[in-house]
Amino acid sequence: MRYSAFSVLTQALRGHTGWKPAWRKAAPAPSYDVIVIGGGGGGLATAYYLAKNHPEVGRIALLEKGWLGGGNIGRNTTIIRSNYMLPGNEPFYEFSMKLWEGLEQDFNYNAMVSQRGIYNLYHSDAQRDAYARRGNSMLLHGADAQLLDRAQLRRELPYLNYDNARFPVQGALVQRRAGTARHDAVAWGYARGADQRGVDIIENCEVLGILQEDGKAVGVETTRGVIRAGKIGMAVAGASSLLAAKAGLRLPIESHALQAFVSEGLKPLIDTVITFGAGHFYISQSDKGGLVFGGDIDGYNSYAQRGNLPVIEDVCEGGMALMPMIGRARLLRSWGGLMDMSMDGSPIIDKTPVENLFINAGWCYGGFKATPASGFCFAHLIARGAPHEVAGAYRLARFAEGKLIDEKGVGAQPNLH
Amino acid sequence: MRITCPHCGNRGLEEFTYTQDAERTRPTDGGATPTPEWADYIYLRDNLKGPRKEYWYHSAGCHAWLIVERDVSTHEILSVRLP
Repeated sequence: MRYSAFSVLTQALRGHTGWKPAWRKAAPAPSYDVIVIGGGGGGLATAYYLAKNHPEVGRIALLEKGWLGGGNIGRNTTIIRSNYMLPGNEPFYEFSMKLWEGLEQDFNYNAMVSQRGIYNLYHSDAQRDAYARRGNSMLLHGADAQLLDRAQLRRELPYLNYDNARFPVQGALVQRRAGTARHDAVAWGYARGADQRGVDIIENCEVLGILQEDGKAVGVETTRGVIRAGKIGMAVAGASSLLAAKAGLRLPIESHALQAFVSEGLKPLIDTVITFGAGHFYISQSDKGGLVFGGDIDGYNSYAQRGNLPVIEDVCEGGMALMPMIGRARLLRSWGGLMDMSMDGSPIIDKTPVENLFINAGWCYGGFKATPASGFCFAHLIARGAPHEVAGAYRLARFAEGKLIDEKGVGAQPNLH
Repeated sequence: MRITCPHCGNRGLEEFTYTQDAERTRPTDGGATPTPEWADYIYLRDNLKGPRKEYWYHSAGCHAWLIVERDVSTHEILSVRLP
């Protein structure tokens, strides 16, 4: 069923009794041409773009150990943007931004993509210069960027604390095409689009082992039996090391906990995305009215899917320094997710040393905005055997070769990225 | 998480700084030339679930380096000792 204003109207008149499930509950077949492991944003987008752009690959299955969209695609702060600086990153993220701009028409699903802009505040002359450089890099790569001084910023965001003596707000780097999207709808839209193009989406199917013959991956052992495959793509950020270990691989990745927060619902207050430049704090407001905000990862390795109180305090202090008006809003929920923190803060989309086994991992805490390009480029790699032109730098071997893509320049200390 | 420092007693997490895995083995050659062993040491991690030993620094306390055994799946602190 194609969704349209007409279908909504027709269903409204029928009491919404005619809607069909958005995707089938597929049972695993004995073998497929391509298996994508991971039913999160990256895996679902990969399955979608494989089926849409590379139908010649044959039969495709997506395996998910739990339910679709139950991991980080359903627990992030929904920000989309392409305000990176380095040549290995910015073309990729700008490609992703362009895919976001046409996504809903492409997969016929309302992902509530809202280009409400992002403001990265600066608080010192040095930071202004760094942001000017970043903005120029964005412009050179075809993205949009605008540097605002304090007076211009104050006209647009009058409610910030401009009297902060310790961290004076001096202006902002703005990307007006950035914004937010409805994270769950992104997962569901890709799932529905992949299903319509024949992908078997198999939930409650955990991969227990990668079957190899003569150094080649030939299938997976799962909780629902053995499934053989011509090619296998892993897109399980948060648990990449655990799955890779089943294929005998060690990755340049540590798993860390990132917390996020939402306040009680408030009337429309913040119509954009704002990041504090003197601490780590970013905030937007959801369409339900909750202030959605977050900050740094907790800083120690974790598989616990929850964080600790010091980071909650630190994030809230950042918020209070930036916009004291939110101080009386009550915190409704906080939660934690697992991040694949890579050694340079940038992702990996590459072949692995095991033939026919491909990896999409290391998204740190920036995977959501990358979802469309991540899937698009991973599908391209799996289908063609060569990287997509905007993802060519995301190689597994770049670490040993010293060709790091380290936006902050902090080195192989994943808890600082 | 709270960590019991051998010098200062039971203290909150905010006093401590996590640094790294305490059980990685540094290659014994001087590192004058790049080798696969050095690349593995610097960039690759086991990153598995369960207990592991880590270096923590009591940065807002006695400035001692500690070896903390901690379960990364549950955040339970299993033991704390001086190196």
